[in-house]
Amino acid sequence: MKNLSAFLIILLLISAGAALADNADPPESVVTEAVEELEVRRAIDLEASDTPEDEGGSVSLTWLMETEGVTPDSLGVMRSDPFGGEEHITTLPVGTVMYRDQSANNGTEYNYWVVSYLGGTIEACSDRAVAISSAQWIYRGRIGMLIILFLIMAVIIYYIEIGKRGKELFIREIAGLTAVDDAVGRATEMGKPVLFIPGIMDMDNIQTIASIVILGRVARKTAEYGSPLLVPTCRSVVMSVAQEIVKEGYLQAGRSDAYNKENIQYLTDDQFGYAAGVDGIMVREKPAAIFLLGCFYAESLILAETGRSVGAIQIAGTAMPSQIPFFVAACDYTLIGEELFAASAYLSREPKLLGSLKGQDAGKLFFLILIIVGVIAASIGDFWSPMKSVAEFLRNLVTVN
Amino acid sequence: MNWEILGIWLGAGLTLCLYSFLYRDNPFYKFAEHLFVGMSAAYWVIYSIENVLIPNWWQQMFPAGGGFNWVWIFPGIFALFMLARIIPKTAGLSRMALGMIIGTGAGLNMVSFFQTNAMAQVKGTIISVSSGGVWIIFSNILLVVGVVTGLVYFFFSKAHTGIVGKTANVGITILMIAFGASFGYTIMARISLLIGRCQFLLEDWLPTIPRLLGLGG
Repeated sequence: MKNLSAFLIILLLISAGAALADNADPPESVVTEAVEELEVRRAIDLEASDTPEDEGGSVSLTWLMETEGVTPDSLGVMRSDPFGGEEHITTLPVGTVMYRDQSANNGTEYNYWVVSYLGGTIEACSDRAVAISSAQWIYRGRIGMLIILFLIMAVIIYYIEIGKRGKELFIREIAGLTAVDDAVGRATEMGKPVLFIPGIMDMDNIQTIASIVILGRVARKTAEYGSPLLVPTCRSVVMSVAQEIVKEGYLQAGRSDAYNKENIQYLTDDQFGYAAGVDGIMVREKPAAIFLLGCFYAESLILAETGRSVGAIQIAGTAMPSQIPFFVAACDYTLIGEELFAASAYLSREPKLLGSLKGQDAGKLFFLILIIVGVIAASIGDFWSPMKSVAEFLRNLVTVN
Repeated sequence: MNWEILGIWLGAGLTLCLYSFLYRDNPFYKFAEHLFVGMSAAYWVIYSIENVLIPNWWQQMFPAGGGFNWVWIFPGIFALFMLARIIPKTAGLSRMALGMIIGTGAGLNMVSFFQTNAMAQVKGTIISVSSGGVWIIFSNILLVVGVVTGLVYFFFSKAHTGIVGKTANVGITILMIAFGASFGYTIMARISLLIGRCQFLLEDWLPTIPRLLGLGG
């Protein structure tokens, strides 16, 4: 009996040991299956390179994703520098295969890698790629524009030189500008001031620059005729420039004693605050001539209508397409768009400005021909394919990427 | 004190003061005008200090992480040049700063203006006028004719006589039609602004009068 009991105990122990051994060492096929279930897709073929044709500080990364495995929740772009510092740059949604690191320092060698997040932890990691960011001088996407600009500049310089040699450069009559002297003369006869409004933008605006050039001419005329010239400005820098220009105009007319810088005032930077202030000046000073030249926005009609109500002759000019209609409706003369920029050359007759205007005309002629040839080529191209490529070439010539 | 009602009355009072200009210049308009100009000038001074001077200059010169970027001394010197106008003897220094502003503005704008106002427009005009439906062909022809004749109008080297004059006349006619459409469109927007002010007076301000007089409402 004892032997039987001992045999049974040994048999149980062997069975238990076998069972334990089964748990500790499962069949190989079961292990492989479990590991495959845990594998998370990772980024492969990671490439890092300096972003081409930029000002530097940027590295472009591209990669592919493994097709087999568990899809991660998100991807993370990691970076390390030669000093050992590791940093997480950004988190990207799954499916992203490119990223541009805009925070790189030029000349520093960075190691990049992409990690796969699952449940908030890093589950897979790509191989590493190395890149150094640098700046380039040339951006090839604008070479077409550069060539055209150089051509126009060459033509402008050519005409300036011709003008300097004394050859007369013809500029057609611009109606609003021939009235400038009449307007100042009218103000003188009536014993009333001339009001010049140089728009509401600062000196970095091309229209304000054009307006200030015309102000110089108006200032000289008012100095010659002895009429007060009022220039309320919306920007402090414009006030400073206007004071210089008007002073220069009075000096050229030999009337520096008549210059009063208090007549050139800064009101406020606020658009409608400025409009209210200028309206007040109009109704109180009752100018006989008002010049509204420069960049205007919604205040244009407020100013032009008030000027009209006080009976002033008004000459306006702006390159703002949405404001030109108001000036056309409420003013006596309106310089439309580029006429404002041509005004300075027209009034001064200086060879430099006239040459510049002639050069711009040459540019317009070039674009005019380009458009006509392009349209003909595109239209014929619908029936005869070789012409299509001509139209495409012309389009590419004026394309800026 | 009910601040909301005070605000409504202030807004309504100033609105009526400014609208009184429609009749003629008067002390109420003068008061509102001077208040508006003075307050907005003061506002822009603070705005410029807070949003331009401190973040774009001071914080660049003394970054939050510490240190001192000496390059930013130069813009400060140019700013001081502008203030030099206060003293007649040093007023000429401001011309250097003004030259810098005008030159930089013209240079920076040249590229962007040329790109958007010339290149992009030319590219958009190189289109076929022989394919598509009747209306598409008509629109494309109108676009090309408008651009070409418009360009001829702004050609200053040739007098507007003969064929050039006739082409320029077509150009200015198309421009005027476009201006007319733009005029009507903008006037509609202005009318909506007027409606907004009228609604404020009628719906926000007017109902407060009986309440102030103790008549309920």
